[in-house]
Amino acid sequence: MLRFILSKLLYLIPTMLGITLVAFGFIRLLPGDPVLLMAGERGVSPERYAQISAQLGYDQPMWQQYFTYLGNLLQGDLGNSIVTKKPVLAEFLSLFPATVELALVAIVIATLIGVPVGVIAAIKRGSWFDQISMTGALVGFSMPIFWWGLLLIIFFSGVLQWTPVSGRISLMYFFPSVTGFMLIDSLISGQEGAFASAVSHLILPSIVLATIPLAVIARQTRSAMLEVMGEDYVRTAKAKGLPMRRVIGVHALRNAMIPVITTIGLQIGVLMAGAILTETIFSWPGIGKWMIDSISRRDYPVVQSGLLLIAGIVMVVNLIVDLTYGLINPRIRHK
Amino acid sequence: MTDTTVKITNSAMRGRMLREFWFYFSQNRGAVAGLVVFLLLVLTAIFASVLAPHDPTQQYRDALLLPPIWDENGRAGFILGTDAVGRDMLSRLIYGAQYSLFIGIVVVAIALTGGIIIGLVAGFFGGWVDTVIMRVMDVVLAFPSLLLALVLVAILGPGLTNAMIAIAIVYQPHFARLTRAAVMSEKAREYVTAAKVAGASNLRLMFKTILPNCLAPLIVQATLSFSSAVLDSAALGFLGMGAQPPASEWGTMLAEAREFILRAWWVVTFPGLAILISVLAINLMGDGLRDALDPKLKRS
Repeated sequence: MLRFILSKLLYLIPTMLGITLVAFGFIRLLPGDPVLLMAGERGVSPERYAQISAQLGYDQPMWQQYFTYLGNLLQGDLGNSIVTKKPVLAEFLSLFPATVELALVAIVIATLIGVPVGVIAAIKRGSWFDQISMTGALVGFSMPIFWWGLLLIIFFSGVLQWTPVSGRISLMYFFPSVTGFMLIDSLISGQEGAFASAVSHLILPSIVLATIPLAVIARQTRSAMLEVMGEDYVRTAKAKGLPMRRVIGVHALRNAMIPVITTIGLQIGVLMAGAILTETIFSWPGIGKWMIDSISRRDYPVVQSGLLLIAGIVMVVNLIVDLTYGLINPRIRHK
Repeated sequence: MTDTTVKITNSAMRGRMLREFWFYFSQNRGAVAGLVVFLLLVLTAIFASVLAPHDPTQQYRDALLLPPIWDENGRAGFILGTDAVGRDMLSRLIYGAQYSLFIGIVVVAIALTGGIIIGLVAGFFGGWVDTVIMRVMDVVLAFPSLLLALVLVAILGPGLTNAMIAIAIVYQPHFARLTRAAVMSEKAREYVTAAKVAGASNLRLMFKTILPNCLAPLIVQATLSFSSAVLDSAALGFLGMGAQPPASEWGTMLAEAREFILRAWWVVTFPGLAILISVLAINLMGDGLRDALDPKLKRS
């Protein structure tokens, strides 16, 4: 197992370096002078220009700039935002919990609904449930989620007035951030109604973000179940007279879950892309909205490091999924 | 002595294959429905100037934010109502079909061509060439697609052309990977060895001998990428990084409509519905294509 983990880690190093190269190259590929872009100042005097250039290391040869950049990264120095002047890493860490909370709730919704729907659709193949749920899954898979979010706002916030339009919690409530997760913090604070307010703010964005993963998980579960149900060991289990519930729950489902777990893990990248749109629509203060705002404000140090951090997170999550996969499926590990 | 073998010409062979393909494709009712909707979309795009009742950029100053015709405040002549500056919604939606199809075709063409060449080279030559190419593809795939497309547009500058290039770059590794995998499994087959022994050049082996046998998964992926391209370009348009106003691209229309969501539901509902229906139709077709082209699923 250790060899398996090590080989996976080694495999990641070139990709990691590639990602840093992309982030490093990004600033230099932008139209305009990188020194001015990174400094975010206009009409600088030649002396000031030389000063900034030396400060940022742009007067050195390209390869040296790259190694300085890598060195800074390893020390956790991701530069400062042009707009807020704060360190990018600190900003990222303060906004990240909001995105994690949203993404976690979304993936839980998607899994809790998607897996049972897929299993039932597979067992009752060809039934009306199968047809309706799989049509629904294809609609969900084809959904422009930015529009879906707007529709939900029109209906639940506009017509019914059940949910708020934006933000993480009502302005009425104020309490210190302990975990960064609004659901937990509002519970800890003990203020009446705070938790309910957090839930009502979270519900629409998490439904929107869950839509595509839900569709993918339901489809994947169904096809994995169908495949497994045709296997010899399932036929044996049926033949020896086991109750259907046991055949499906133990023999079929366990094996069908292996590809489904991978699918769930791979949805992280989808969630990150979805978070950009969802957070923009619901003014959710997470890293997706932060990235969009930074791109439109031309806050390039933030864009550069945000790109790096998000790609890094997606990679680490995929690694964890790979390792889990090896853990539950020995055939992969010993290949 | 009579010759008993039946000679099958190339065109007869092709006809037979097409008929077989259509047999499996038409078994899937959803796929046929998707194909019909898609063809209607193509016709709409081609005959937009005939079908649209108004010019898509003409602003009727006396008809701002009119509701659809079935609403009591609706006005004849504006079937789906008008937007905030008095442009006819229906005409803009009809012209929007041109954008979506154009984007899909261009993105898939660029990504497919690039991906096939890169994948063929990697799979055919193997060794360090393969390793380097595939590591580069891994790097591209490590970024969430929409984020990478956004950053590329930030580099290239907002606009429809740049958005299409960005999306194509982001999709290209999928085609490269598929081609490479198919080439690697075909490369060891006897017909390739035979062609090599007969003296075929590397280029001929790659493009004439191997490639035609790898097309099935690529066609399916192309269909899926077509629908994703429509979705992602609409998302870029919605975020203000794709087609720029006053273009009647559906995502851009949604972006302009955003501030009216609680006042005028129709300016938000129809463009999104158009995106959903197009993407759904193409995905239905893709499902049918996969079933019809996948030999594993046939006759089972």
